[in-house]
Parts: sequence; C-alpha cells; structure tokens
Amino acid sequence: MSYITEILPQLLDGLKLTVLVFILTLILSIPLGMVLAFLLRIPIVKWFVNLYVWIMRGTPLLVQLIIIFYALPMVGPTLPRFPAALLAFTLNYAAYFAEIFRGGIKAVPNGQLEAAKVLKLSKWQTIRYIQMPQVVKIVLPSVFNEIITLVKDSSLIYVVGLGDLLRAGKIAMSRDVSLVPIMMAALIYLIFIGILTILSKKIEQRFDYYK
Amino acid sequence: MLELKNITKKFGDKVIFDGFDLTITSGEVVAIAGPSGGGKTTLLRMLAGLETIDAGQVIFDGEVVELDALITRNLLGFVFQDFQLFPHMTVLENLILSPMKTMQVSKEVAIAKAEELLSNLEVIEQKNAYPFSLSGGQKQRVALARAMMIDPKIIGYDEPTSALDPALRDQVANLILENKKLGMTQIVVTHDMDFAEKIADTIIKVNAKLD
Repeated sequence: MSYITEILPQLLDGLKLTVLVFILTLILSIPLGMVLAFLLRIPIVKWFVNLYVWIMRGTPLLVQLIIIFYALPMVGPTLPRFPAALLAFTLNYAAYFAEIFRGGIKAVPNGQLEAAKVLKLSKWQTIRYIQMPQVVKIVLPSVFNEIITLVKDSSLIYVVGLGDLLRAGKIAMSRDVSLVPIMMAALIYLIFIGILTILSKKIEQRFDYYK
Repeated sequence: MLELKNITKKFGDKVIFDGFDLTITSGEVVAIAGPSGGGKTTLLRMLAGLETIDAGQVIFDGEVVELDALITRNLLGFVFQDFQLFPHMTVLENLILSPMKTMQVSKEVAIAKAEELLSNLEVIEQKNAYPFSLSGGQKQRVALARAMMIDPKIIGYDEPTSALDPALRDQVANLILENKKLGMTQIVVTHDMDFAEKIADTIIKVNAKLD
C-alpha cells in the first residue's frame, strides 16, 4: 500500500499530460474534421481531402509523430515537443472525425435539404439550422468511440520524449521491477474512460428529445 | 393566374414534358393526376425551383418569371409527400424558422402568425410537440402551415394522401376545400382519381399524351 501511495504522484503527474493532449486534440480536431467533411462535398477539393484522409488513416500515428517532430525540421520549422505532438494528433484525428461527420451528413435525408430550400434558407442557414443539429445526434456514438481511442493513443507521445501516464508507469515498472505501476496506470485509464462513457451516455440522452 | 407555356423537361434522354401548357386561375384547385413516372411530381418540383426547367415560359399574373429565379420567387409553397418536418425542432420552431431567418420577421410576429395558422388548422395544441409524436394527419397540417408561413402565391401538395391512412383522405380533401374558400390557389398532385374529382376544379392528366 505504501508503495502505491509512493508512485501515485508520479503517475498522476503523467496523467496531467495525457489529459492535456486529450483535451487540446479534441478542441482542435473536431472542428477541423467538421470543416473537412463539408469540403468533401466540393468537387476537386474533395480529392485532396480524400488523399489527406487516406494518408492520415493509412499510416501509423507513431510514424506521423516521428515525421512531424524529427523529419519536419529538415525541410521546415522545428517544433517544440508538445506542439509537435499536438499537431500530429490533431491532423490524424481530424481525418477520422471527417469520415464520421461525412457519414453523419449523408444520413440526413435529402428531403430535409429540399424542405430547407423551398423555405428559402441559404446554404449556410441549412447547414447551421438543419444539417448540423441532426448530424450531431447521428454521430455521437461514433465520436465517443473515437474519443475513447484517443485517450489510449495519447500514450504514443513518448516517441517525441514527452512523459505521459503510461510512460510514468513504464519507468516505475522498470526501475522498481514491479508490475504494480503499469497495472495502476491501466486502472487510471479505466477510470478515465469510465467517466467518459458515463458522460457519453448522458449526452446521448440529452438528444433523445426527438427521433 | 399562373401560365406555363411550352415547358420542356428532360432527364437525360427521357422526355418528361415536351411543349407542355397549363393555365391555373387564381383561387382554383387543380389536380394533376396520372400514373407514377409520368412527371406529375416533377411539374410541382419545377414550380418550387427544386428541378430546373429546360425551356419554356412561366408567367404569373402577367409577369414573366425567370426560370432560374423560381426558387427565390416563392411562387409555390411545397407540402412534401413525406412532410419533411425538421425532426429536431418543435412544431412552432419548424414554422418560425424561415420567416425569422429569411424574411427578418421578429420572433413575436412570427409566433403570432404561426399560432394563428396552427389554430385554423386545429393543431395548436401540438405547437410545442416534436414531429415524431404527431399523427400523419397532424404532420400534414403542420407541413401545410409551415409552407404557408412564407406567403407563397400557390400551395402545392405532392401526393397528400399517400402517406396517410385511407380514413384520413376525406380529412385532407376538406382541408384543401377549406383553403379554397379562403381564396388560395392550390395544385394537388395525386394518383387517386376519386380524390382528384372530389377536390379539383380542373383535373389535368399528365403523360397521357406522352405515351
């Protein structure tokens, strides 16, 4: 027990960075994904977006982190560790979110857009008042699925030398030759994701007011 | 008075209308009948601006309406076959959205107008309900009220009886006849000849001559 209280501060210290990467990635990648999803409806532009989505989903996030932190400085700016990690996560997750939102936009019946059209709503008003609110409800379960994956993916930031929850656990495991730290790290992830799951159910319930 | 002259419409190689003429006197109910695939609905959709007209002239009260301006001219208020109410908005919100956003009507004025229409159509008790909780007949009344909110010159109904219980057919007929008493010009697309004979001053059979 005393061992647990001894290493807990180290783990919680790592957790701070995990949570920070998690929150900032969400704040940046969800709006970006939404923009990409709407760009997918413009001819020609959509080919570039498709190429982008293919590359982002088709290569390991770990490799993307390495490229942005280690290879980008050879041809462009050198980013500090944290911004580099955040950039890689945002670009990667935006691609996944774009695909989720694309599906959500497609799921809104065409008749809804025609109804908006005969009611003289502009394109933007149709997106804002008719499509977006319905898309949000449709995509919620998939978005939360992705969000939960992000919590665990965030551990990949070790590759650019950042110390998160999992890394704190691994360091303690090697140093003390004990499985307890890594199990505790897993437990903290489990609690974190448990909270997110409850939150997702609550939010989904709030959208139950219509069918 | 609405006059259509020499209207041509093709979908690819398929000719839907070729030199089609139609005159609708203000205040009358015109039923457009005929089997499906004959272009009944297309005619309505063209007047609402949801389909382009390839060639011909549309004249309303002596004034030529540009073919590509039909969507902005608000000639035809469209009541969709499947109503296409916005599911995430209450009945009242469905009604006031367009006047507030496209006609800069104040919320108070829009609500007053909506409540009057809903009262006349006997669905005022449902004003705060969401569309999923309404019966088919109620949905249709709300769809009609919504179309009327932006003061179209003509009301067009696309197969108003097809999504409803057969028992509700007479109710729809009465609704249309009530509106006629108020001086409204109405176009009703239907495949149901009995229904057409019940409501219409003029019955137009499209596609009969095209076969």
